[in-house]
Amino acid sequence: MSTKEYEHYYVPAQSKWPIVGAVGLFFIVIGAAALVNQFASGNEGLGAYGLTLGLAIMVYMMFGWFKNQIDESMAGMYSAQLGVSYRQGMAWFIFSEVMFFAAFFGALFYARNMSVPWLAGEGNNAMTGEILWNGFQSVWPLEKMPDGRETQGMPWTGLPLYNTLLLLTSSVTLHFAHVGIEKGERSKAKLMMGITIALGIMFLILQVEEYIHAYTEMNLTLDAGIYGSTFFMLTGFHGMHVTLGTIMLIVVFLRILKGHFTKDNHFAFLAASWYWHFVDVVWLGLFVFVYIL
Amino acid sequence: MKVTRSTGWSIPALLATGNVMASDMPLNMVQGVTDISQKTYDLHMNILYICCVIGLVVFGAMFWSIFHHRKSKGAKPATFHESHTVEIIWTAIPFVILIAMAVPATGVLLEIEDNSKSDLTIQVTGSQWKWHYKYFDHDLEYYSVLATPRAQYENYNGIFNSNASKPLPKGENYLSEVDRPLVIPINKKVRFLVTSDDVIHSWWVPDFAVKQDANPGFINEAWAKVNVPGVYRGKCTELCGKDHGYMPIVVIAKTQVEYDKWIAEKVAVQAQAKAEEQKLLGMQMSKDELMALGERTYLASCAACHQPNGQGLPGVFPGLKDSPIALGDVKKHIDVVVNGTKGTAMQGFGKQLGLKELAAVITYERNAWGNNTGDAVQAADVNAVMKGQ
Amino acid sequence: MSTMTDTHDDHDDHDHKPTGITRWLYTTNHKDIGTMYLWFSFTMFLIGGFMAMIIRAELYQPGLQIIDPNFFNQMTTVHGLIMVFGAVMPAFVGLANWLIPMMIGAPDMALPRMNNWSFWILPFAFSILLASLFMEGGGPNFGWTFYAPLSTTYSNDSTAFFIFSVHIMGMSSIMGAINVIVTIFNMRAPGMTFMKMPLFVWTWLITAFLLIAVMPVLAGTVTMMLTDKYFGTSFFDAAGGGDPVMFQHIFWFFGHPEVYIMILPAFGIVSEIIPTFARKRLFGYSSMVYATSSIALLSFIVWAHHMLTTGMPVAAELFFMYATMLISVPTGVKVFNWVATMWKGSMTFETPMLFALAFVILFTIGGFSGLMLAITPADFQYHDTYFVVAHFHYVLVTGAIFSIMAAAYYWLPKWTGHMYDEKLGKTHFWCSLISVNVLFFPMHFVGLAGMPRRIPDYALQFADFNKIISIGGFAFGLSQLIFLAVVIKCIRGGEKATDRVWEGATGLEWEIPSPAPYHTFSTPPEIK
Ligand code: HEA
Ligand code: HEA
Ligand code: HEC
Ligand code: CUA
Ligand SMILES: [Cu+2]
Repeated sequence: MSTKEYEHYYVPAQSKWPIVGAVGLFFIVIGAAALVNQFASGNEGLGAYGLTLGLAIMVYMMFGWFKNQIDESMAGMYSAQLGVSYRQGMAWFIFSEVMFFAAFFGALFYARNMSVPWLAGEGNNAMTGEILWNGFQSVWPLEKMPDGRETQGMPWTGLPLYNTLLLLTSSVTLHFAHVGIEKGERSKAKLMMGITIALGIMFLILQVEEYIHAYTEMNLTLDAGIYGSTFFMLTGFHGMHVTLGTIMLIVVFLRILKGHFTKDNHFAFLAASWYWHFVDVVWLGLFVFVYIL
Repeated sequence: MKVTRSTGWSIPALLATGNVMASDMPLNMVQGVTDISQKTYDLHMNILYICCVIGLVVFGAMFWSIFHHRKSKGAKPATFHESHTVEIIWTAIPFVILIAMAVPATGVLLEIEDNSKSDLTIQVTGSQWKWHYKYFDHDLEYYSVLATPRAQYENYNGIFNSNASKPLPKGENYLSEVDRPLVIPINKKVRFLVTSDDVIHSWWVPDFAVKQDANPGFINEAWAKVNVPGVYRGKCTELCGKDHGYMPIVVIAKTQVEYDKWIAEKVAVQAQAKAEEQKLLGMQMSKDELMALGERTYLASCAACHQPNGQGLPGVFPGLKDSPIALGDVKKHIDVVVNGTKGTAMQGFGKQLGLKELAAVITYERNAWGNNTGDAVQAADVNAVMKGQ
Repeated sequence: MSTMTDTHDDHDDHDHKPTGITRWLYTTNHKDIGTMYLWFSFTMFLIGGFMAMIIRAELYQPGLQIIDPNFFNQMTTVHGLIMVFGAVMPAFVGLANWLIPMMIGAPDMALPRMNNWSFWILPFAFSILLASLFMEGGGPNFGWTFYAPLSTTYSNDSTAFFIFSVHIMGMSSIMGAINVIVTIFNMRAPGMTFMKMPLFVWTWLITAFLLIAVMPVLAGTVTMMLTDKYFGTSFFDAAGGGDPVMFQHIFWFFGHPEVYIMILPAFGIVSEIIPTFARKRLFGYSSMVYATSSIALLSFIVWAHHMLTTGMPVAAELFFMYATMLISVPTGVKVFNWVATMWKGSMTFETPMLFALAFVILFTIGGFSGLMLAITPADFQYHDTYFVVAHFHYVLVTGAIFSIMAAAYYWLPKWTGHMYDEKLGKTHFWCSLISVNVLFFPMHFVGLAGMPRRIPDYALQFADFNKIISIGGFAFGLSQLIFLAVVIKCIRGGEKATDRVWEGATGLEWEIPSPAPYHTFSTPPEIK
């Protein structure tokens, strides 16, 4: 075998972080499950403690694991091949996230095109409409539910529109930050990252605003039928992803401040920015299918 | 093919069990009593035969090489591989076979799904764990529940404790009998509107080749035109909770004349029962009477969940022994039983039971298992809650 | 924690293993992780099998003898869940871990630490699932398909534990799959082009893709379940505009690809074993690759064949019938390929080959009953009867499980460095083969005669057949103890295995010593 021609494979050393992470998830599951039951029954219990413990372990794990990773990377231990692995891994992770959202978009399409019209008697469901839900009409947003409860649809003008503009702009600024890093223009990268993060946070604030409005003034809540369900689950999970994305961006920002990234070694930046662009694209889908149409 | 296989299997079966096979189990799909069920059966057999033939060819080739191309017989491995011709052939032939299967299947399916032009409509509603039948063309509706007594199927003692009272011997229609079967006329296209009050059930009568899921909030349609009078038995076939296995269906198909007679009788009986209810309101029943009727009603309608000893299944169905509701305000108790608790398995029994039974069962719950409130609830009390007073 | 140890340079000359418990807890070694996956899977197989034994004992005769109906439902449900998510999937991931790096000339998986995480999530997730059986109200009792609203409005308190443990199982699977894909894309030794990869690697590549595509959908499903049950949403509630059938659509969009996730790696294993023992090249390598891909793609558009009785529009019933039937074509290509590989070969019949041959026949029988189920009008009669139970146990037990057994026998010498006890192995095979058919074949008849699934008690005419089935079940269960004996014996000693082990074996994993050194290729091998 010709040892010289190829780069040595790099295999990371043992690490305690994975098992710490598994223990963290264990407590999160137990805690969260106990907590929702307490929530449903109104009983007291230890759920919140379990969940907090689990989350604390996860935070500890992430700090440890990332620090470890950063140190190794800065020490120049990683091979180029590992860099490619990380990139591909991140890409497939994002694909899995896409499929997660697909489940909820699927639910939305199914409700709009199938179940709601059927409840109103379309297709082979004439008797459903006539006997079970007499008088129910299929309209979207579903402001009047089959059992008569009422809610309101969220218009796309106003907050959602501003939010769209915010996110779109943030994708552009993030791209400039990327260009900055690739060209080695650190100060430009810093500025652009700062703006991106600010836009992300503004988005989140407006989103909270919108929720408060929905809950207090529009009677649009989680139990407002299928419209409320799909609305909150889609925008809610998107919001959670924006939150996560913002945290990732902040971490990356701090690392830029510390002077971590170079022209060709900035995987963490790349991962965060892919993630951000993905979250942005999901929003566009939301904006079109949840709000406008 | 079918026959040889099944007899082939009954030989080890005989050896294994040592007793003679109860030969009344058919080994194949029923041919049934409707045109559709017959067509479905034919479809099933044809596909089965085709699969058997393919199997013979494929496994035949395989066994041939297992026997002849083995190293111990000195076989030298050939080196051929990849042949486009062969590959195209073995892609194309199955494809053609599939088309040959799909054509008749499509025909039968389209026929099954044609729900138009029915002569009679019956709404079939599943709920945990009984069926409700409502005739659209007559003033008639009723519940239909398992008729096999508990003592026939609960054998727990019998197996571990030979001294314990043996379970009752199992009857001929064990677990396939109900108190009030559905009755339909023959030679009429009967349309079933299938739905559910709680979870998903599925209404299956093999002899009609009708299996339709009962989805809560939706109505599915199915139909049957029965050719032969008789008693046909089916099952709930969607997992619907604890007593999913105890939710049989019995349909009696009668000639038109007998059917009309039956309907007239039933309608009259129901009208009379309603009239009697009114009389009941003025009557007082003694506590003993109430307790006796109450126990019977309880065991028939409530014990499935709350258990015969009133202790429920912890975490699933609350116990009624010492329950705050059974010991507390009577009105609240009546309300729970009559209207049920929305969003739980506790259904409203106001529709299912008569005033007398309701009064009795509530009395029973308030006095049995050491609850001892001493209350005797009367039909009038129940009626008052029902009317919202 | 040893951050910067000596992994870099010196492990090709001395093959040292870390010792103690941290070897397993902190490991990044694909072989150790593979071993842990395999043992975990086997443990789950025993636990899930034990539940099946409880089911079979209760069904041994009519009447309720041993357990009550509520517990019976829990047994059915957890048996299904444990076998699918705890036994079959982790077994394949374990095999992937052991074999893929060796087969493509990589030193390890691409992301070794994440690999460890994927594994260690599982014991925790399954302990939670199993522990929920002991909670008040019992564990999940709504079938492994957990249809709403039985699993939402009408379910017990342990449902939340079930939901969250499914979430983390899903995370584990996704991470495992990402690892496999990235390993295959990025870690192949120079010269190992895609069309030179062993078929096991190919089938796993496609499986991993399916996993990443559908596990998140499962996560979405259980999330909707969670909010419907606890937070008042109406996804599966008609009163709010939702639909309980929507649950089934989303579930089976995951569920159907899931069943192929459990069979594609099996196809890969069998495609490795048959050429070895036929001493002849696989007949059509590239057509196998294309067939696997077609099966995977088709698997996304057939899901509603599980829902033919839910009252879908007739156009949908037709579409899903046709699409489902189509899958027989590429699957047939596979079966024909295996037969053509044997044809004019020079066959010997060691235990792995016996299991592989049994796989081909019995899986095909399971496939035939699948095809029958796909015929919509006929499915109205078959659906939710034991005919379905017979179908899926043929494809899962004599399909997936048999292939895993075959793989274990085939690679055990490479893993342990010792030959397993051939005689004991053959005994295991014949006992399993006979009992498994006594167990599952009569289920076809019981199903056709009208016995529904998921019932703790049945009408009298089914009594004799159920007795036979149960006896077959106990016999099959006991036969698996032989397997345990073979494995333990093989680990503890035995005839020294040669590097190539099998006369006709080809592939990189057979070029390295047996047992495979702790670290294999630290420099890429060259593939000609
Ligand atoms: C490993 C798992 C696995 C595999 C590989 C399959 C393979 C197939 N399955 Fe199966 N299936 C399950 C696991 C699996 N299934 C499970 C677990 C369930 C039940 C879930 C539940 O409800 O709990 C189920 C249920 C199920 C149903 C629903 C039944 C019902 O509930 O009513 C249907 C219906 O169409 C179906 C069809 C098929 C088909 C057509 C195939 C095809 O892929 C088979 C193709 C193979 C062949 C056909 C044989 C080889 C081919 C040839 C030799 C070529 C020539 C042949 C012809 C032209 C006929 N399956
Ligand atoms: C890969 C998946 C897999 C595997 C391997 C099996 C293996 C077995 N299955 Fe399973 N089964 C499913 C997947 C699987 N099953 C699924 C998905 C369902 C549907 C669930 C649902 O409806 O929701 C199901 C449902 C199901 C039912 C229907 C239940 C019902 O509808 O009510 C039955 C009934 O007989 C059954 C039996 C068996 C048996 C006897 C085995 C045997 O092969 C098991 C053999 C193994 C052992 C026994 C363990 C090893 C031995 C020991 C631990 C020693 C002790 C042994 C003795 C005491 C004898 N299974
Ligand atoms: C399908 C199962 C089922 C059947 C049958 C059933 N119940 Fe219930 N019942 C329940 C459940 C579940 C609850 C708990 C509801 C809740 O969570 O508030 C309940 C609650 C009750 C309560 C309130 C007790 C408490 O402490 O909350 C009473 C009283 C009651 N049922 C009486 C009856 C009577 C009388 C019958 C028969 C005529 C009956 N039930 C049949 C499932 C059932
Ligand atoms: Cu009702 Cu099963
Ligand atoms: Cu399927």
